Amino acid sequence: MNYALESLIKIAIVLGAVITAVAYTVLAERKVSAFIQNRLGPNRVGPWGLLQPLADGIKFITKEDVIPNHVNKAIYVAAPAVILIPALMGFAVVPFGDVIIVMGQKVELVIANVDIGILYVLALSSLGVYGIVLGGWASNNKYALMGGVRACAQMISYELSLGLSLIGVLMISGTLRLTDVVNLQASTTFLGFLPGWFVFSQPVACILFIVSVFAETNRLPFDLPEAEQELVAGYHAEYSSMKFAMFFMAEYAHMITASALIASLFFGGWHLPGIDPADDSLGVSLLKVLVFSVKTAFFLFVFIWVRWTVPRFRYDQVMRLGWKVLLPIALANVFITGLVLTLTR
Amino acid sequence: METVVFFALAALAVGCALLLVLFRNPVYSALSLVGTLFSVAGLFVLLDAHFLAAVQIIVYAGAIMVLFLFVIMLLNLGSADPLDAIPGRFRQWAVIFLSAILVAHIGWMSLRHMRGGPIENEALATSNVPYIGKLLYTDFLLPFEITSLILLVALIGVVVLVKRESSKAS
Repeated sequence: MNYALESLIKIAIVLGAVITAVAYTVLAERKVSAFIQNRLGPNRVGPWGLLQPLADGIKFITKEDVIPNHVNKAIYVAAPAVILIPALMGFAVVPFGDVIIVMGQKVELVIANVDIGILYVLALSSLGVYGIVLGGWASNNKYALMGGVRACAQMISYELSLGLSLIGVLMISGTLRLTDVVNLQASTTFLGFLPGWFVFSQPVACILFIVSVFAETNRLPFDLPEAEQELVAGYHAEYSSMKFAMFFMAEYAHMITASALIASLFFGGWHLPGIDPADDSLGVSLLKVLVFSVKTAFFLFVFIWVRWTVPRFRYDQVMRLGWKVLLPIALANVFITGLVLTLTR
Repeated sequence: METVVFFALAALAVGCALLLVLFRNPVYSALSLVGTLFSVAGLFVLLDAHFLAAVQIIVYAGAIMVLFLFVIMLLNLGSADPLDAIPGRFRQWAVIFLSAILVAHIGWMSLRHMRGGPIENEALATSNVPYIGKLLYTDFLLPFEITSLILLVALIGVVVLVKRESSKAS
Protein backbone atom coordinates (compact mmCIF):
# COMPACT_ATOMS: atom_id res chain seq x y z
CA MET A 1 0.00 0.00 0.00
CA ASN A 2 1.09 3.51 -0.77
CA TYR A 3 2.78 5.07 2.28
CA ALA A 4 1.02 8.42 1.98
CA LEU A 5 -2.40 6.81 1.57
CA GLU A 6 -1.74 4.48 4.49
CA SER A 7 -0.75 7.42 6.68
CA LEU A 8 -3.78 9.45 5.64
CA ILE A 9 -6.12 6.60 6.53
CA LYS A 10 -4.43 6.15 9.90
CA ILE A 11 -4.58 9.91 10.60
CA ALA A 12 -8.29 9.98 9.76
CA ILE A 13 -9.02 7.00 12.00
CA VAL A 14 -6.95 8.26 14.94
CA LEU A 15 -8.25 11.83 14.69
CA GLY A 16 -11.81 10.57 14.56
CA ALA A 17 -11.22 8.24 17.48
CA VAL A 18 -9.56 10.94 19.60
CA ILE A 19 -12.30 13.50 18.95
CA THR A 20 -15.00 10.93 19.71
CA ALA A 21 -13.10 9.94 22.83
CA VAL A 22 -12.93 13.62 23.83
CA ALA A 23 -16.71 13.91 23.55
CA TYR A 24 -17.30 10.76 25.55
CA THR A 25 -14.67 11.63 28.17
CA VAL A 26 -16.64 14.80 28.85
CA LEU A 27 -19.74 12.67 29.31
CA ALA A 28 -17.78 10.25 31.50
CA GLU A 29 -16.52 13.16 33.57
CA ARG A 30 -20.10 14.29 34.21
CA LYS A 31 -21.33 10.76 34.88
CA VAL A 32 -18.46 9.86 37.24
CA SER A 33 -18.69 13.17 39.08
CA ALA A 34 -22.41 12.58 39.51
CA PHE A 35 -21.74 9.10 40.83
CA ILE A 36 -19.11 10.39 43.26
CA GLN A 37 -21.45 13.14 44.47
CA ASN A 38 -24.40 10.75 44.71
CA ARG A 39 -26.32 12.30 41.80
CA LEU A 40 -27.62 10.85 38.54
CA GLY A 41 -25.80 12.99 35.99
CA PRO A 42 -26.98 13.64 32.44
CA ASN A 43 -29.54 10.96 31.51
CA ARG A 44 -32.12 12.72 29.31
CA VAL A 45 -30.59 12.59 25.81
CA GLY A 46 -30.63 9.09 24.38
CA PRO A 47 -30.35 5.88 26.43
CA TRP A 48 -28.48 6.58 29.71
CA GLY A 49 -27.64 10.03 28.33
CA LEU A 50 -25.31 8.53 25.74
CA LEU A 51 -26.24 11.10 23.08
CA GLN A 52 -25.42 13.99 25.43
CA PRO A 53 -22.12 14.84 23.62
CA LEU A 54 -24.11 15.34 20.41
CA ALA A 55 -26.47 17.73 22.15
CA ASP A 56 -23.52 19.54 23.72
CA GLY A 57 -21.85 19.88 20.34
CA ILE A 58 -24.96 21.35 18.70
CA LYS A 59 -25.35 23.73 21.62
CA PHE A 60 -21.76 24.96 21.39
CA ILE A 61 -21.88 25.49 17.64
CA THR A 62 -25.20 27.33 17.60
CA LYS A 63 -24.53 29.58 20.60
CA GLU A 64 -23.77 33.25 20.01
CA ASP A 65 -20.03 33.81 19.67
CA VAL A 66 -19.27 36.93 21.72
CA ILE A 67 -15.98 38.71 21.14
CA PRO A 68 -15.72 41.40 23.84
CA ASN A 69 -14.62 44.87 22.75
CA HIS A 70 -11.66 45.07 25.10
CA VAL A 71 -9.78 42.03 23.77
CA ASN A 72 -6.74 41.92 21.55
CA LYS A 73 -8.66 40.49 18.62
CA ALA A 74 -6.04 38.70 16.51
CA ILE A 75 -4.51 36.78 19.41
CA TYR A 76 -7.88 36.25 21.09
CA VAL A 77 -9.16 34.45 17.99
CA ALA A 78 -5.93 32.52 17.43
CA ALA A 79 -5.52 31.21 21.00
CA PRO A 80 -8.15 28.39 20.88
CA ALA A 81 -6.56 27.05 17.69
CA VAL A 82 -3.09 27.37 19.18
CA ILE A 83 -4.10 25.20 22.12
CA LEU A 84 -6.16 22.62 20.20
CA ILE A 85 -3.67 21.86 17.41
CA PRO A 86 -0.76 20.58 19.59
CA ALA A 87 -3.26 18.73 21.75
CA LEU A 88 -4.52 16.76 18.75
CA MET A 89 -1.05 16.33 17.22
CA GLY A 90 0.32 14.58 20.26
CA PHE A 91 -1.28 11.25 19.47
CA ALA A 92 0.65 10.92 16.20
CA VAL A 93 3.54 8.97 17.72
CA VAL A 94 1.60 6.86 20.22
CA PRO A 95 1.43 3.20 19.13
CA PHE A 96 -2.20 2.18 19.63
CA GLY A 97 -1.54 -1.42 18.68
CA ASP A 98 1.19 -3.69 17.37
CA VAL A 99 0.83 -4.53 13.68
CA ILE A 100 -2.22 -5.47 11.68
CA ILE A 101 -2.29 -7.34 8.38
CA VAL A 102 -4.43 -5.55 5.81
CA MET A 103 -4.58 -7.03 2.31
CA GLY A 104 -1.46 -9.10 2.90
CA GLN A 105 0.56 -6.10 4.09
CA LYS A 106 1.89 -5.51 7.57
CA VAL A 107 0.67 -2.14 8.80
CA GLU A 108 2.16 -0.63 11.95
CA LEU A 109 -0.55 0.75 14.19
CA VAL A 110 1.09 4.12 14.77
CA ILE A 111 0.85 7.18 12.54
CA ALA A 112 4.49 8.28 12.63
CA ASN A 113 7.08 5.87 13.95
CA VAL A 114 9.75 8.54 14.43
CA ASP A 115 12.98 7.86 16.29
CA ILE A 116 12.43 10.77 18.70
CA GLY A 117 8.82 9.94 19.55
CA ILE A 118 9.07 10.72 23.25
CA LEU A 119 10.76 14.06 22.61
CA TYR A 120 8.05 14.88 20.07
CA VAL A 121 5.38 14.35 22.71
CA LEU A 122 7.30 16.43 25.25
CA ALA A 123 7.72 19.22 22.70
CA LEU A 124 4.02 19.30 21.94
CA SER A 125 3.06 19.21 25.59
CA SER A 126 5.34 22.17 26.22
CA LEU A 127 3.62 24.04 23.39
CA GLY A 128 0.21 23.49 24.91
CA VAL A 129 0.81 26.34 27.32
CA TYR A 130 0.88 28.96 24.55
CA GLY A 131 -2.85 28.76 23.96
CA ILE A 132 -3.53 29.30 27.67
CA VAL A 133 -1.04 32.14 27.99
CA LEU A 134 -2.16 33.92 24.83
CA GLY A 135 -5.83 33.44 25.62
CA GLY A 136 -5.28 34.84 29.10
CA TRP A 137 -3.27 37.78 27.87
CA ALA A 138 -5.45 38.66 24.88
CA SER A 139 -8.62 38.62 27.00
CA ASN A 140 -7.37 41.80 28.67
CA ASN A 141 -8.95 40.80 31.94
CA LYS A 142 -7.08 40.58 35.21
CA TYR A 143 -8.41 37.16 36.13
CA ALA A 144 -7.59 35.74 32.70
CA LEU A 145 -4.11 37.27 32.86
CA MET A 146 -3.53 35.76 36.30
CA GLY A 147 -4.57 32.38 34.90
CA GLY A 148 -2.11 32.74 32.03
CA VAL A 149 0.75 33.78 34.31
CA ARG A 150 0.06 30.86 36.61
CA ALA A 151 -0.06 28.46 33.66
CA CYS A 152 3.38 29.68 32.52
CA ALA A 153 5.03 29.14 35.89
CA GLN A 154 3.34 25.80 36.48
CA MET A 155 4.18 24.36 33.06
CA ILE A 156 7.84 25.29 33.26
CA SER A 157 8.15 23.87 36.77
CA TYR A 158 6.51 20.54 36.04
CA GLU A 159 8.03 20.00 32.61
CA LEU A 160 11.34 19.42 34.39
CA SER A 161 10.13 16.57 36.53
CA LEU A 162 8.11 15.24 33.59
CA GLY A 163 11.20 15.04 31.42
CA LEU A 164 13.48 13.78 34.17
CA SER A 165 11.07 11.06 35.26
CA LEU A 166 11.31 9.60 31.76
CA ILE A 167 15.11 9.49 31.81
CA GLY A 168 15.09 6.35 33.95
CA VAL A 169 12.85 4.56 31.45
CA LEU A 170 14.98 5.76 28.56
CA MET A 171 18.17 4.56 30.26
CA ILE A 172 16.76 1.04 30.49
CA SER A 173 15.17 0.94 27.06
CA GLY A 174 17.96 2.87 25.31
CA THR A 175 15.62 4.34 22.73
CA LEU A 176 13.33 7.32 22.23
CA ARG A 177 11.07 5.45 19.81
CA LEU A 178 7.76 4.72 21.52
CA THR A 179 7.11 1.50 19.58
CA ASP A 180 10.49 0.14 20.71
CA VAL A 181 9.73 1.06 24.32
CA VAL A 182 6.43 -0.84 24.11
CA ASN A 183 7.97 -3.83 22.30
CA LEU A 184 10.69 -4.05 24.94
CA GLN A 185 8.09 -4.20 27.70
CA ALA A 186 6.18 -6.88 25.79
CA SER A 187 9.22 -9.07 25.14
CA THR A 188 10.88 -9.02 28.59
CA THR A 189 9.91 -9.97 32.10
CA PHE A 190 10.83 -8.35 35.40
CA LEU A 191 12.26 -10.56 38.17
CA GLY A 192 11.19 -13.59 36.16
CA PHE A 193 7.46 -13.57 36.89
CA LEU A 194 6.15 -10.03 36.39
CA PRO A 195 5.62 -8.61 32.88
CA GLY A 196 8.43 -6.28 31.84
CA TRP A 197 6.30 -3.17 32.27
CA PHE A 198 8.26 -0.17 33.46
CA VAL A 199 5.85 0.42 36.32
CA PHE A 200 7.58 -2.50 38.08
CA SER A 201 11.18 -1.57 37.34
CA GLN A 202 10.62 2.22 37.56
CA PRO A 203 7.81 2.70 40.12
CA VAL A 204 9.10 6.08 41.31
CA ALA A 205 9.35 7.38 37.76
CA CYS A 206 5.82 6.17 37.10
CA ILE A 207 4.38 8.10 40.04
CA LEU A 208 6.43 11.21 39.19
CA PHE A 209 5.26 11.03 35.59
CA ILE A 210 1.61 10.71 36.54
CA VAL A 211 1.79 13.63 39.00
CA SER A 212 3.62 15.85 36.49
CA VAL A 213 1.17 14.94 33.76
CA PHE A 214 -1.69 16.06 35.99
CA ALA A 215 0.05 19.42 36.32
CA GLU A 216 0.77 19.61 32.58
CA THR A 217 -2.85 18.97 31.66
CA ASN A 218 -4.07 21.53 34.24
CA ARG A 219 -6.27 19.01 35.93
CA LEU A 220 -7.22 19.15 39.57
CA PRO A 221 -5.37 19.23 41.99
CA PHE A 222 -3.28 21.46 39.70
CA ASP A 223 -5.96 23.44 37.86
CA LEU A 224 -4.70 26.79 39.15
CA PRO A 225 -4.87 28.52 35.74
CA GLU A 226 -8.65 28.21 35.80
CA ALA A 227 -9.35 27.93 39.54
CA GLU A 228 -13.05 28.83 39.53
CA GLN A 229 -13.26 30.07 43.10
CA GLU A 230 -10.37 32.51 42.75
CA LEU A 231 -10.16 33.41 39.07
CA VAL A 232 -13.76 32.90 37.82
CA ALA A 233 -12.58 30.65 35.01
CA GLY A 234 -9.07 31.96 34.55
CA TYR A 235 -7.72 32.04 31.04
CA HIS A 236 -10.98 31.23 29.27
CA ALA A 237 -13.22 33.56 31.30
CA GLU A 238 -13.84 35.79 28.24
CA TYR A 239 -14.50 32.99 25.76
CA SER A 240 -17.87 31.77 24.63
CA SER A 241 -19.46 29.32 22.20
CA MET A 242 -17.14 27.18 20.06
CA LYS A 243 -14.00 29.03 21.16
CA PHE A 244 -14.65 27.98 24.73
CA ALA A 245 -15.44 24.47 23.48
CA MET A 246 -12.03 24.35 21.78
CA PHE A 247 -10.27 25.11 25.07
CA PHE A 248 -12.36 22.41 26.65
CA MET A 249 -11.61 19.90 23.88
CA ALA A 250 -7.90 20.67 24.11
CA GLU A 251 -7.90 19.84 27.82
CA TYR A 252 -9.54 16.49 27.19
CA ALA A 253 -7.37 15.73 24.17
CA HIS A 254 -4.33 16.40 26.37
CA MET A 255 -5.77 14.03 28.95
CA ILE A 256 -6.26 11.30 26.36
CA THR A 257 -2.73 11.65 25.01
CA ALA A 258 -1.39 11.67 28.56
CA SER A 259 -3.33 8.53 29.49
CA ALA A 260 -2.15 6.79 26.32
CA LEU A 261 1.41 7.76 27.19
CA ILE A 262 1.16 6.46 30.74
CA ALA A 263 -0.22 3.20 29.34
CA SER A 264 2.51 2.93 26.70
CA LEU A 265 5.49 4.00 28.77
CA PHE A 266 4.77 2.31 32.08
CA PHE A 267 2.01 -0.25 31.56
CA GLY A 268 3.12 -2.09 28.45
CA GLY A 269 0.93 -0.39 25.83
CA TRP A 270 -0.97 -3.11 23.95
CA HIS A 271 0.77 -5.89 25.89
CA LEU A 272 -1.03 -8.14 28.34
CA PRO A 273 0.40 -11.33 29.88
CA GLY A 274 -1.12 -14.23 27.97
CA ILE A 275 -1.20 -12.47 24.60
CA ASP A 276 1.62 -13.67 22.38
CA PRO A 277 3.45 -10.54 21.17
CA ALA A 278 4.49 -12.32 17.96
CA ASP A 279 0.95 -13.42 17.04
CA ASP A 280 -0.35 -11.09 14.34
CA SER A 281 -3.56 -12.75 13.23
CA LEU A 282 -6.45 -10.33 12.79
CA GLY A 283 -8.24 -11.27 16.01
CA VAL A 284 -5.17 -10.93 18.20
CA SER A 285 -4.20 -7.64 16.52
CA LEU A 286 -7.59 -6.19 17.28
CA LEU A 287 -7.41 -7.59 20.80
CA LYS A 288 -4.14 -5.70 21.31
CA VAL A 289 -5.81 -2.46 20.21
CA LEU A 290 -8.61 -3.22 22.65
CA VAL A 291 -6.13 -3.83 25.49
CA PHE A 292 -4.46 -0.49 24.74
CA SER A 293 -7.84 1.29 24.65
CA VAL A 294 -8.92 -0.25 27.95
CA LYS A 295 -5.68 0.79 29.65
CA THR A 296 -6.03 4.33 28.28
CA ALA A 297 -9.66 4.47 29.40
CA PHE A 298 -8.62 3.35 32.86
CA PHE A 299 -6.15 6.20 33.22
CA LEU A 300 -8.76 8.62 31.92
CA PHE A 301 -10.97 7.35 34.71
CA VAL A 302 -8.13 7.99 37.18
CA PHE A 303 -7.91 11.58 35.91
CA ILE A 304 -11.63 12.07 36.54
CA TRP A 305 -11.59 10.20 39.83
CA VAL A 306 -8.78 12.37 41.20
CA ARG A 307 -10.48 15.55 40.03
CA TRP A 308 -13.61 14.85 42.04
CA THR A 309 -11.92 13.59 45.19
CA VAL A 310 -8.82 15.75 45.77
CA PRO A 311 -8.98 19.48 46.63
CA ARG A 312 -6.89 22.06 44.79
CA PHE A 313 -3.38 22.97 45.93
CA ARG A 314 -2.57 26.53 46.94
CA TYR A 315 -0.29 28.28 44.45
CA ASP A 316 2.81 28.28 46.67
CA GLN A 317 2.20 24.61 47.47
CA VAL A 318 2.20 23.78 43.76
CA MET A 319 5.52 25.53 43.29
CA ARG A 320 7.05 23.93 46.35
CA LEU A 321 5.90 20.46 45.34
CA GLY A 322 7.34 20.90 41.86
CA TRP A 323 10.73 22.31 42.74
CA LYS A 324 11.48 20.96 46.20
CA VAL A 325 9.86 17.52 46.13
CA LEU A 326 9.39 16.18 42.60
CA LEU A 327 12.59 17.55 41.07
CA PRO A 328 14.99 16.12 43.71
CA ILE A 329 13.18 12.77 43.64
CA ALA A 330 13.41 12.70 39.85
CA LEU A 331 17.13 13.48 39.97
CA ALA A 332 17.71 10.82 42.62
CA ASN A 333 15.79 8.33 40.49
CA VAL A 334 18.00 9.07 37.49
CA PHE A 335 21.12 8.66 39.65
CA ILE A 336 20.01 5.38 41.23
CA THR A 337 18.88 3.93 37.90
CA GLY A 338 22.24 4.81 36.40
CA LEU A 339 24.08 3.30 39.35
CA VAL A 340 22.12 0.04 39.21
CA LEU A 341 22.54 -0.22 35.45
CA THR A 342 26.31 0.27 35.70
CA LEU A 343 26.64 -2.27 38.49
CA THR A 344 24.49 -4.95 36.86
CA ARG A 345 25.62 -4.68 33.24
CA MET B 1 9.84 19.53 -3.07
CA GLU B 2 12.59 19.80 -0.50
CA THR B 3 13.84 23.04 -2.04
CA VAL B 4 10.36 24.55 -1.95
CA VAL B 5 9.95 23.65 1.72
CA PHE B 6 13.42 24.96 2.48
CA PHE B 7 12.77 28.35 0.91
CA ALA B 8 9.34 28.63 2.52
CA LEU B 9 10.81 27.91 5.97
CA ALA B 10 13.81 30.16 5.39
CA ALA B 11 11.57 33.03 4.27
CA LEU B 12 9.37 32.46 7.31
CA ALA B 13 12.37 32.47 9.63
CA VAL B 14 13.76 35.69 8.20
CA GLY B 15 10.35 37.32 8.05
CA CYS B 16 9.57 36.48 11.67
CA ALA B 17 13.00 37.68 12.73
CA LEU B 18 12.34 41.03 11.00
CA LEU B 19 8.92 41.30 12.64
CA LEU B 20 10.55 40.56 15.99
CA VAL B 21 12.65 43.69 15.66
CA LEU B 22 9.97 45.84 14.04
CA PHE B 23 7.02 45.19 16.37
CA ARG B 24 6.64 47.76 19.13
CA ASN B 25 4.57 45.45 21.34
CA PRO B 26 6.82 43.03 23.27
CA VAL B 27 4.23 40.22 23.21
CA TYR B 28 4.09 40.33 19.39
CA SER B 29 7.88 40.38 19.28
CA ALA B 30 8.07 37.32 21.49
CA LEU B 31 5.56 35.50 19.29
CA SER B 32 7.54 36.37 16.17
CA LEU B 33 10.59 34.88 17.83
CA VAL B 34 8.59 31.70 18.44
CA GLY B 35 7.79 31.71 14.72
CA THR B 36 11.48 32.00 13.89
CA LEU B 37 12.37 29.17 16.25
CA PHE B 38 9.72 26.98 14.65
CA SER B 39 10.97 27.67 11.15
CA VAL B 40 14.51 26.85 12.20
CA ALA B 41 13.25 23.63 13.79
CA GLY B 42 11.63 22.85 10.43
CA LEU B 43 14.96 23.46 8.71
CA PHE B 44 16.58 21.02 11.15
CA VAL B 45 13.99 18.39 10.20
CA LEU B 46 14.83 18.95 6.52
CA LEU B 47 18.46 18.22 7.41
CA ASP B 48 17.37 14.96 9.13
CA ALA B 49 18.45 16.42 12.48
CA HIS B 50 15.26 15.33 14.23
CA PHE B 51 16.78 15.42 17.68
CA LEU B 52 17.94 19.01 17.27
CA ALA B 53 14.51 20.02 15.99
CA ALA B 54 12.76 18.46 18.97
CA VAL B 55 15.21 19.97 21.44
CA GLN B 56 14.89 23.35 19.75
CA ILE B 57 11.14 23.28 20.31
CA ILE B 58 11.28 21.84 23.84
CA VAL B 59 13.99 24.16 25.14
CA TYR B 60 13.55 27.37 23.18
CA ALA B 61 9.92 27.50 22.09
CA GLY B 62 8.59 25.47 25.02
CA ALA B 63 10.57 26.78 27.98
CA ILE B 64 12.61 29.90 27.32
CA MET B 65 9.99 31.74 25.29
CA VAL B 66 7.30 30.79 27.80
CA LEU B 67 9.52 32.34 30.46
CA PHE B 68 9.89 35.49 28.32
CA LEU B 69 6.11 35.71 27.95
CA PHE B 70 5.77 35.15 31.68
CA VAL B 71 8.01 38.11 32.45
CA ILE B 72 6.36 40.32 29.82
CA MET B 73 2.94 39.51 31.20
CA LEU B 74 4.01 39.82 34.81
CA LEU B 75 5.35 43.33 34.21
CA ASN B 76 2.36 43.95 31.91
CA LEU B 77 4.56 45.57 29.30
CA GLY B 78 1.97 44.95 26.60
CA SER B 79 -0.33 47.79 27.54
CA ALA B 80 2.28 50.25 28.80
CA ASP B 81 4.38 52.50 26.57
CA PRO B 82 6.43 50.60 24.00
CA LEU B 83 9.64 49.20 25.27
CA ASP B 84 12.58 51.15 23.93
CA ALA B 85 15.89 49.56 23.17
CA ILE B 86 18.93 50.11 25.37
CA PRO B 87 19.85 53.80 25.46
CA GLY B 88 23.34 54.87 24.47
CA ARG B 89 25.17 57.12 22.07
CA PHE B 90 26.95 54.43 20.14
CA ARG B 91 23.98 52.14 19.67
CA GLN B 92 23.86 52.38 15.86
CA TRP B 93 27.59 51.92 15.59
CA ALA B 94 27.51 48.86 17.82
CA VAL B 95 24.69 47.36 15.74
CA ILE B 96 26.53 47.99 12.47
CA PHE B 97 29.80 46.64 13.84
CA LEU B 98 28.26 43.44 15.22
CA SER B 99 26.20 42.80 12.06
CA ALA B 100 29.34 43.28 9.96
CA ILE B 101 31.14 40.65 12.05
CA LEU B 102 28.18 38.27 11.70
CA VAL B 103 27.89 38.68 7.92
CA ALA B 104 31.64 38.34 7.49
CA HIS B 105 31.69 35.19 9.57
CA ILE B 106 28.80 33.57 7.67
CA GLY B 107 30.38 34.57 4.38
CA TRP B 108 33.74 33.15 5.34
CA MET B 109 32.22 29.87 6.51
CA SER B 110 30.11 29.41 3.39
CA LEU B 111 33.04 30.28 1.12
CA ARG B 112 35.23 27.75 2.87
CA HIS B 113 32.65 24.99 2.51
CA MET B 114 31.70 25.88 -1.06
CA ARG B 115 35.18 24.87 -2.20
CA GLY B 116 35.06 21.55 -0.38
CA GLY B 117 31.88 20.39 -2.13
CA PRO B 118 29.01 18.67 -0.31
CA ILE B 119 29.93 16.92 2.92
CA GLU B 120 28.77 13.42 3.68
CA ASN B 121 26.17 13.35 6.45
CA GLU B 122 27.66 11.04 9.07
CA ALA B 123 24.75 11.40 11.45
CA LEU B 124 22.41 9.64 9.02
CA ALA B 125 24.35 6.37 9.23
CA THR B 126 22.98 5.68 12.72
CA SER B 127 20.20 7.14 14.82
CA ASN B 128 20.45 10.82 15.69
CA VAL B 129 20.51 10.55 19.43
CA PRO B 130 23.36 8.07 20.07
CA TYR B 131 25.47 9.89 17.50
CA ILE B 132 25.07 13.26 19.22
CA GLY B 133 25.60 11.68 22.63
CA LYS B 134 28.82 10.04 21.52
CA LEU B 135 30.11 13.26 19.97
CA LEU B 136 29.28 15.27 23.10
CA TYR B 137 31.24 12.92 25.34
CA THR B 138 34.26 12.42 23.07
CA ASP B 139 35.16 15.12 20.55
CA PHE B 140 33.27 17.95 22.22
CA LEU B 141 33.79 16.98 25.85
CA LEU B 142 35.67 20.17 26.78
CA PRO B 143 33.18 22.67 25.27
CA PHE B 144 30.38 20.60 26.75
CA GLU B 145 31.85 20.73 30.26
CA ILE B 146 32.65 24.44 29.92
CA THR B 147 29.05 25.13 28.90
CA SER B 148 27.78 23.31 31.96
CA LEU B 149 30.23 25.30 34.10
CA ILE B 150 28.92 28.57 32.63
CA LEU B 151 25.38 27.49 33.40
CA LEU B 152 26.39 26.63 36.94
CA VAL B 153 27.98 30.07 37.36
CA ALA B 154 24.82 31.72 36.07
CA LEU B 155 22.74 29.65 38.46
CA ILE B 156 24.87 30.61 41.46
CA GLY B 157 24.81 34.22 40.31
CA VAL B 158 21.03 34.23 40.27
CA VAL B 159 20.86 32.72 43.74
CA VAL B 160 23.29 35.34 45.07
CA LEU B 161 21.39 38.23 43.47
CA VAL B 162 18.02 37.07 44.77
CA LYS B 163 19.39 36.44 48.27
CA ARG B 164 20.81 39.95 48.59
CA GLU B 165 17.51 41.53 47.64
CA SER B 166 15.46 39.54 50.12
CA SER B 167 17.86 40.25 53.01
CA LYS B 168 17.59 43.98 52.27
CA ALA B 169 13.82 43.83 52.27
CA SER B 170 13.58 42.09 55.61
